[in-house]
Amino acid sequence: MTDALVPLLLTLKIAVAATAIVLFAGVACAYLLGRYSFWGSQIIDAICTLPMVMPPTVLGYYLLVVFGRRGWIGAWLEESLGIHLIFTWQGAVIASAAVAFPLVYRAARASLGSVDHHLENAARVLGAGEAKVFFRVSLPLAWRGVFAGTMLAFARAMGEFGATLMIAGSIPGKTQTISIAIYEAVQAGQDSVANFLVLLASLVCVCILAASGKFLQRQF
Amino acid sequence: MCALRLTLTICLSIHAFAPRVGATELWVSAAASLTNAFKNIGAEFERVHARDKVIFNFAASDVLVKQIAEGAPVDVFASADEEAMDKALTAKLIIATTRFNFAGNRLVLALPMDSPLRFNTLDDLKTKAVRRIAISQPATVPVGRYAKAVLDKARLWTVLQERFIYTQNVRQTLDYLARGEVDAGFVYTTDAALMKDKVRVALEVTTTRRVVYPIAMTTASKNPQLGRDFLDLVRSSAGQTILQKFAFTEP
Repeated sequence: MTDALVPLLLTLKIAVAATAIVLFAGVACAYLLGRYSFWGSQIIDAICTLPMVMPPTVLGYYLLVVFGRRGWIGAWLEESLGIHLIFTWQGAVIASAAVAFPLVYRAARASLGSVDHHLENAARVLGAGEAKVFFRVSLPLAWRGVFAGTMLAFARAMGEFGATLMIAGSIPGKTQTISIAIYEAVQAGQDSVANFLVLLASLVCVCILAASGKFLQRQF
Repeated sequence: MCALRLTLTICLSIHAFAPRVGATELWVSAAASLTNAFKNIGAEFERVHARDKVIFNFAASDVLVKQIAEGAPVDVFASADEEAMDKALTAKLIIATTRFNFAGNRLVLALPMDSPLRFNTLDDLKTKAVRRIAISQPATVPVGRYAKAVLDKARLWTVLQERFIYTQNVRQTLDYLARGEVDAGFVYTTDAALMKDKVRVALEVTTTRRVVYPIAMTTASKNPQLGRDFLDLVRSSAGQTILQKFAFTEP
């Protein structure tokens, strides 16, 4: 029982951290790319959406190559800061964030794009700076879409399996998330453990979806 | 007339996609460490049985047992230790009389090629420089069981626990070594030999039980004759020559 809680709590920790990262990064990218059009912005848009359509193992391989001990970011991190991301929960956060990023990005892009520009311009005429326009006008009007995207990102981060297994491995208590624990339990023929974890994961997901649905309803 | 012609055309085109008449597929589930050797044996088998096809499924031995238990259409099962084969036998998944050991192997402690570390005994794993040790999951992978038994005996298992990176099969350990993501890892001689340019053997490990590979027909096999032919090929001098080419020893 308590053994089953360890992967669950770890999964929640990783999913929350990953969601926080993609919420900021996703909204920032959506704002910048939606506002400024420059040479190559189409390509960046495509790259930002890519993790959504790529198989997780392809993404996991890219991350392994980039963040690995001999990868170009991984080698630099190891030499200059002594950080080794492979086989750590932080590595799992990066994997989850990478797969969940497009969900926030696409949702934020669409909802920020549909905000009435007259309202934004009215705020500018009244003397608001760009930052103020964004935080007081655009974001409040777009938040429902952003929130929906964030919930999807959280759900995707909770269920992340392929890329995580490739870069974080399966270390009990450190990187063994609930989906990996289920996989291992099934492989080892521990059906009772698997059953319990599956029920637990389903229950948590239903609760989160129900709570977010309720939250969205209340506001309007 | 037109309808007849259409029907005929459809029938003929379906026929073009249908499998060759009389061709049989032989499904062989084998331990991950056998991948390269068995692919060669499979090619040899198809050369002799021109009409038939061998389909391989490589994974950790216990995972294969699980798949067979769940009804995977497997004809022949080859595992990397007796324990996995015993599990299959207890669950009545294999025919006991067809079982025999066809090859042997040796466990080694391997390092990335550029590693500066030197090992005289397994105790040297305790040095601070060894931060990550790749070991296959002992619950499902024979190479992990062989390694755990040795480490248990040397009273190192609990001491080193914090440094273990558990892998899904021996080839994943090999991959982590080749990429330099781990400082050391337990693989077979045959695996290390496949990546001579990226991985080097630091230590030959004396296992508590000999590393042997049993093979057997499954009880659910639909092609018993073809399965028997495959077992005969593995046992034959042609099969043994291929296994030895990949550095497997005699059983």
